Amino acid sequence: MKILICISNVPDTTTKIRFVNDNTAFDTNGVQWIINPWDELALTRALELKEGSSGAIEKVSVISVGPQSSEPTLRKALAIGADDAIRVNAEPKDAFAVAQQLAEAIKDEGYDLIISGIESSDYNGAAVGGMLAEFLGIASVSSVSGINFESGGFQVKREIDGGSEMVAAQTPFVAIIQKGVAIVPRIPSMRGIMQARTKPLKVVESSATDNLTEFVDYELPPAKAACKMVDPENMKELVNLLHTEAKVL
Amino acid sequence: MSVLVYTENWDGKFKKLSFELVSFAKGIAEMTGTSVTALSIGNVDAEELNKLGNYGASKIVEVKDDRLNHLINGAYSSIISQVAEKEGSSVVILSNNNTGKALAPRVSVKLKAGLVAGVNALPSSANPFIIKKKAFTGKAFANVKVKSDKKILTLNQNSFGVKESGGSASVEAFSPSLNDADFKTEVKDVHKVTGKVLLTDAEIVVSGGRGMKGPENWGPIEELAGLLGAATACSRPVSDEGWRPHEEHTGQTGKIIAPNLYIAAGISGAIQHVAGISSSKCIVAINKDNEAPIFEAADYGVIGDVMQVLPALIDAVKSFKSEN
Repeated sequence: MKILICISNVPDTTTKIRFVNDNTAFDTNGVQWIINPWDELALTRALELKEGSSGAIEKVSVISVGPQSSEPTLRKALAIGADDAIRVNAEPKDAFAVAQQLAEAIKDEGYDLIISGIESSDYNGAAVGGMLAEFLGIASVSSVSGINFESGGFQVKREIDGGSEMVAAQTPFVAIIQKGVAIVPRIPSMRGIMQARTKPLKVVESSATDNLTEFVDYELPPAKAACKMVDPENMKELVNLLHTEAKVL
Repeated sequence: MSVLVYTENWDGKFKKLSFELVSFAKGIAEMTGTSVTALSIGNVDAEELNKLGNYGASKIVEVKDDRLNHLINGAYSSIISQVAEKEGSSVVILSNNNTGKALAPRVSVKLKAGLVAGVNALPSSANPFIIKKKAFTGKAFANVKVKSDKKILTLNQNSFGVKESGGSASVEAFSPSLNDADFKTEVKDVHKVTGKVLLTDAEIVVSGGRGMKGPENWGPIEELAGLLGAATACSRPVSDEGWRPHEEHTGQTGKIIAPNLYIAAGISGAIQHVAGISSSKCIVAINKDNEAPIFEAADYGVIGDVMQVLPALIDAVKSFKSEN
């Protein structure tokens, strides 16, 4: 069995978002790039599954679409414990193009389980995993909050409104995960960091560049009015404000 | 030509979000000079289906099949695509909820239609088609141009509002062509919690942070939520510590919500938390630290100890409820 994790290279979640060039481009100045938080949880869970599988899961690979500058993020995934990495050498233009590029790169690689995070924390498309499944013509399960490997097959837990379902899927399939598959992401050990330098990182070129959407420009949310302070001894006033001023009670 | 909207049902019933989706679809249809077709999959009775007409659907396509009792991404996205082709739909609309996130990407590939996920309002222009969406998890907005002839949009819940237009709709049954390849997943077991207000549907949310000091102190949060008909939520450290279940984690990597009222008790307001709640219509923050960043995001603030403020707030809400 082989597991593949799709990795998105995103700004650190504490980044203050700014734009340049007349608000047409994200200001990458001073930005720390990280593995998309959900993808990091996916990798963590995949490694746990591999370690607990008595050798049935042979390999955990990672893949990302991005220019060379995104390679440190893949190296970090290798340091956390992935066995090898693939970088599709292209600027990620939109989810459709990225999914097409991923599909092209892996269609003959025989991965049994492909995991992607529910969305990237930058463009929030929530789309690549589902699109990839469709391009590959395989099943997908979304809102996955747990993955188990039992008697040679994968079982996933899917969140539904007010509960959850256990879903069995025919391999190969794409699991689109959210928080819950793992709680705390694994961090690289010193030994992992040393090993990552020599682990295979394959660069593939891509011919598919069919983006259907284009980011025209960006705007920041309007500034919020100052917070109105209410005396902690006077909760009647707060309730009154919520009723008459904010009209939410 | 039409705008197709997929209206999911919950045990045969629609929700406010279904009517909001149809209202949004009606807005797009008016901009593009077309009409709204709603697609319903599963067993929904005629009276319930007819409600969609009131929000702007002029036609309802109904698909019933016992194999579709649970969400199967392959089969459902195939049905949506078939109906979109049949109806000549140029725009397909789904909710940006779990179901919409599962289906919209697959439909996008099937129809070769550009997808914009998480929109809040009508397009600023129909030709070229430009629409605003949230980006950087609520820290910014992006204006996105869709270049393909067909478009798919997913609408954030509680962002557009419900607009009654007072029409009625015709209902037409449709039998999609499905094959075994559309049924590669199977639900083995369902676990449902009943009687709780769903966090994503809630109009009011009461949320607790690390300032609550421990899971044993959640009584006032639950009592206040009960009084207000609210859902309960929490910040990331609280769910990471296991004080509360992960389904309640609200923020950048948890649930992104937009209730009418969000009450944050003992939450300092890290940028990641605020990103998940900033679309709330009104935010109340209770925190003993007057420099907590939550006050920058809040509309109303109370500086004080949550253990004293919450009981006082509960009393005030009780007397408000008895007077109104």
